[in-house]
Amino acid sequence: MMTAILRRKMTNGLMMLAMLAATVTVLVPLGLIFFYILKMGFSSINLDLFTQIPKPPGEVGGGMANGIIGSGLLIGVASLIGLPLGIFGAVYLSEYGTSRISTMIRFSADVLSGVPSIITGMVVYGLVVVPMKGFSALAGSLALALIMIPIVLRTTEEQLKMVPMTLREASLALGVPLWRTTLKVTLKSALKGIVTGVLLAVARVAGETAPLLFTALGNMFWSHKLNEPIAALPLQIFNFAISPYDDWHRLAWGGALVLVTLMFSLSLLARWFGRAR
Amino acid sequence: MIFLPPRWNIKRGLNGDFVFKGMTVLFAFSILGILLLMTVAMYRQSLPSLAKTGWSFITAKEWDPVEGNFGALPYIHGSLLSSLLSLALATPLSIATALFITEVTNRRLGSMIAALVELLAAIPSVIYGLWGILVMAPWLQRTVEPFLNDHFGSLPFFSGAPYGVSMLAAVLILMIMIVPIITSITKEVLLAVPDSQREAAIALGATRWEMIRMAVLPYGRSGILGAVILGLGRAIGETMAVTMVIGNTPKISWSLLDPGYTMPSVIANEFAEASSDLHAAALMEIGLILLVITLVINIMARLLLWSVTRTAGGKA
Repeated sequence: MMTAILRRKMTNGLMMLAMLAATVTVLVPLGLIFFYILKMGFSSINLDLFTQIPKPPGEVGGGMANGIIGSGLLIGVASLIGLPLGIFGAVYLSEYGTSRISTMIRFSADVLSGVPSIITGMVVYGLVVVPMKGFSALAGSLALALIMIPIVLRTTEEQLKMVPMTLREASLALGVPLWRTTLKVTLKSALKGIVTGVLLAVARVAGETAPLLFTALGNMFWSHKLNEPIAALPLQIFNFAISPYDDWHRLAWGGALVLVTLMFSLSLLARWFGRAR
Repeated sequence: MIFLPPRWNIKRGLNGDFVFKGMTVLFAFSILGILLLMTVAMYRQSLPSLAKTGWSFITAKEWDPVEGNFGALPYIHGSLLSSLLSLALATPLSIATALFITEVTNRRLGSMIAALVELLAAIPSVIYGLWGILVMAPWLQRTVEPFLNDHFGSLPFFSGAPYGVSMLAAVLILMIMIVPIITSITKEVLLAVPDSQREAAIALGATRWEMIRMAVLPYGRSGILGAVILGLGRAIGETMAVTMVIGNTPKISWSLLDPGYTMPSVIANEFAEASSDLHAAALMEIGLILLVITLVINIMARLLLWSVTRTAGGKA
């Protein structure tokens, strides 16, 4: 009798230890990756990184300024396309849609967010790059927008569902049309949550590389034209990392530090918006 | 101002409600449109390759753009091997971590670990790749791979010279990348298990582990399965990090020390500089296969997750 209990307790203890060990194993790579990004990143970051464009292969120096600006432009245009679609699509789901159609669209959005981002790049290549006869910033933005839409749609809908029905009813009872009620009451009450979702979506696409490979393509110069290839920070990190040059590796680490800092500030900001309500 | 009842508005031709609703309908249905458009676009652009090679595309081993031979088997082999192995490593780790967060530790430490895991999930793929190619692969080449080769070299899985960039590197980096996804969704699923289940087990005298095994895990089974399948979908479609560490050699090998190639990697490397229209179409066809696989995987995973908890599906 005693031994059975002892055995059960020992099994219990072993399993608890195993779970602890698994958790530590999961967190070790996180620690290692952070350690290297900070160590290599800080030792390679300088003013040139933010002000210079890359030097030709093998030459020392240069920076990633065009990539940083390019990423900003790509994300900006992607947001212009993706945010209205995602937010107002979510308005349909929560305010108008019958439950069956809404479920179908919701399901498609979840499935869409699981499509590999490189496929999104190929699709945009076929639909935009081929007809326009060239790689372009616009194509890159479109690819990023396609990735943003399902994320923004789902988070916005969650937020709209949390707005109490009485608020809408109060506004309607005052004679405000439904569309104005939606804009001025429903969306406005959910604004903070929606901003959180938008920031998270922006953080997600800021690091996307695969969909830009055959849309924005990347280049080594300054460019701000939407109909021409444009540099992007993640693309530059990729190209520099796989190159054989030490100085380009240095730039890649510096770029990685910039990218990670940017993304974490975005998600911190998102958390702050999420809290302050 | 004179109050006008809504009905008065409706009789005018263009009214706000109609326009606004029309816009939201259009935007919401564009999601369905995008999904459909993706599939059709990929299918249409792979037609030249589909017509030329037919089913032999997925069984042929030869990939030679110069000669015009396109067989996708090495890429399918590489994709399946790397993602299934990484999934086999990641699944027990993730479930154990999720259990540790929800069932073992206290709320405060639990939410701290959960936040760290989310952080891990937010790191972009290209940064995993950067770390993989400049830190992990050289380390594998110096220490791990020679060790495996010395002690287990007689097994076919650990034969060959240590290159560093290899199937092993791809498996490890994929494991690191999918663990946070499976863990955070499993955590949501476990949180949806009602406390009454746990209390019942404890009241019957179960230890903590027995409670997990008899009450928590069976209740969350289909949701956890959904989380694992979602992890598989992510692993199979992962592009940048794998491309950077797998070595990009289209050879069918079962040794983890040999370099390999995956479907997304070959697209990433060759598509922008496809040498002929047929080459581009063949790459499109690989993309189409990848799209179909991930669609099936995601539909399965979402159905499983939705059956357990709406929020778990929503936050994924």
